[in-house]
Amino acid sequence: MRAAIDAIWRIESPKVIAGIARIMRDVGVAEDLAQDALVAALEQWPRDGIPEKPGAWLMTAAKRRAIDHFRRIETRERKYAEIATGVEEYDDMPDPEEVSDDLLRLIFIACHPVLSQQARVALTLRLLGGLTTDEIARAFLVPEPTVAQRILRAKRTLTEANVRFELPGVAERTDRLASVLEVIYLIFNEGYAATAGEHWMRPELCEEALRLGRVLAELVPNEPEVHGVVALMELQASRLRARIGRGGEPVLLLDQDRGRWDHLLIQRGLRSLARAEELGPLGPYALQAAIAACHARAHTAEETDWARIAALYDGLAQIMPSPVVELNRAVAVSMTFGPAAGLEIIDALTEEPALKDYHLLPSVRGDLLKKLGRTEEASREFARAAAMTRNDRERALLEARAAASDPLPQRPETSPGESSPPRHERS
Amino acid sequence: MARFVALVKATPESEAGALPSTEILEEMTRYNEELVKAGVMLAGEGLHPSSKGARINYSGPTSRTITDGPFAEAKELVAGFWILQARDLAEALEWLKRAPFQEGEVEIRQIFEDDDFGDALTPELRETEQRLREQAARNR
Repeated sequence: MRAAIDAIWRIESPKVIAGIARIMRDVGVAEDLAQDALVAALEQWPRDGIPEKPGAWLMTAAKRRAIDHFRRIETRERKYAEIATGVEEYDDMPDPEEVSDDLLRLIFIACHPVLSQQARVALTLRLLGGLTTDEIARAFLVPEPTVAQRILRAKRTLTEANVRFELPGVAERTDRLASVLEVIYLIFNEGYAATAGEHWMRPELCEEALRLGRVLAELVPNEPEVHGVVALMELQASRLRARIGRGGEPVLLLDQDRGRWDHLLIQRGLRSLARAEELGPLGPYALQAAIAACHARAHTAEETDWARIAALYDGLAQIMPSPVVELNRAVAVSMTFGPAAGLEIIDALTEEPALKDYHLLPSVRGDLLKKLGRTEEASREFARAAAMTRNDRERALLEARAAASDPLPQRPETSPGESSPPRHERS
Repeated sequence: MARFVALVKATPESEAGALPSTEILEEMTRYNEELVKAGVMLAGEGLHPSSKGARINYSGPTSRTITDGPFAEAKELVAGFWILQARDLAEALEWLKRAPFQEGEVEIRQIFEDDDFGDALTPELRETEQRLREQAARNR
């Protein structure tokens, strides 16, 4: 019974909170009222059985408590009348469009730019993912009280900033949507490539981000970058099972067993990318997805269309210029035009302050140097990269490569100039 | 990631190739839309009746016996499936409760993730599986 109620809560709570938030104009109060409804359900359902329409039950219960809430505090009559009307008008079949609007409004609020990134993430996972404070804390490797505080402060900030409970107008829509996509992809990324600690991945976070992205794609189907971010996540998630080797070590993209790639997710990703492409020129997420699609379409690493990837990185560098993009462009260029061409781009990045602590820069440089036969320099670069990464397993991998490139090898080295592609490409 | 297959058991009607009523088709469309809108639908298909299918029986490394449909015992046959993403079985069940069926049965099974295999997958077996996957990837 408890498991069933928990499942119902995860499915229904975002809609309940969203509906109450619209009426109460306050996300914190809305969540409290929704929680009260859950408590009532936990008391009554074991006794009376789970209702036929549990979502409607919860919504009604929450709305009744909203009325009680207003009876206890001072408020303008208009607000009270609004709620009363809301409850009276309530019937078993809420208008699906209204439910969708409420949910979209809640997503925009939870990802409001007035909140810090951390606050947005915590609030989104809480209100839209139905994750408990503890679950969020474990997912992000922070103490539970920290998360609880973040969520509390986030709600307070929204109230104090008098954030309007309307869907963003045309003028601010682009920025507000960008903020939402940033949150969703951040959650995904956190699950996909753990930056600290022992573990490489947390697939549950990837799952949650994917789900939120898909929900958003249904709510705003005319936004190409929404499909872009979903495509990117589906395609990257398709590689999750291939990223860990037998001994738990990380396996880079070009070394991965492609039979382990999830072809269901690849197809979904390609379809989402197609939707993005139909809607206009590709934005940064869609471009990254298009790059991931190039890898996904190649049955083996050797079949990778590097020229296309290089062209896509050129496009990405124009609309989203960044040292990291430049780094990836260098790899694609090296695969298309040879290691010297790639090294030229990399060498221009060595003084780049943004990449000062980015282990992938020396890692890539090491790859290219190795291919050019400059093995001693390569070994030094791999060692530098190993010292920079905070992920234990990745460090082990890089240290092994430093040793393999060592001029005094302990085991046979591959010959220089061998046409093996650089192995840094984001796995 | 937790994924589930929901196997929709056949009925004598589905085996007879009877098309569902417009009303039921509409309800099913709406239901599928709900699954998509919730971000939990990964795949879903209906299957032709077993009269269009076949069975293949394995005995030892080379002996294969093929039997053409139809097959008896509708309720042991599959008429359709969904692949759903859900946090756990309880959530998958909650979704399937909402399917617009008025008869019949759905069986829900969790899809194996690699970590699930645990000790059963010995290093040798893993290697074999790896080779098979590589082969499958090449053959595509």
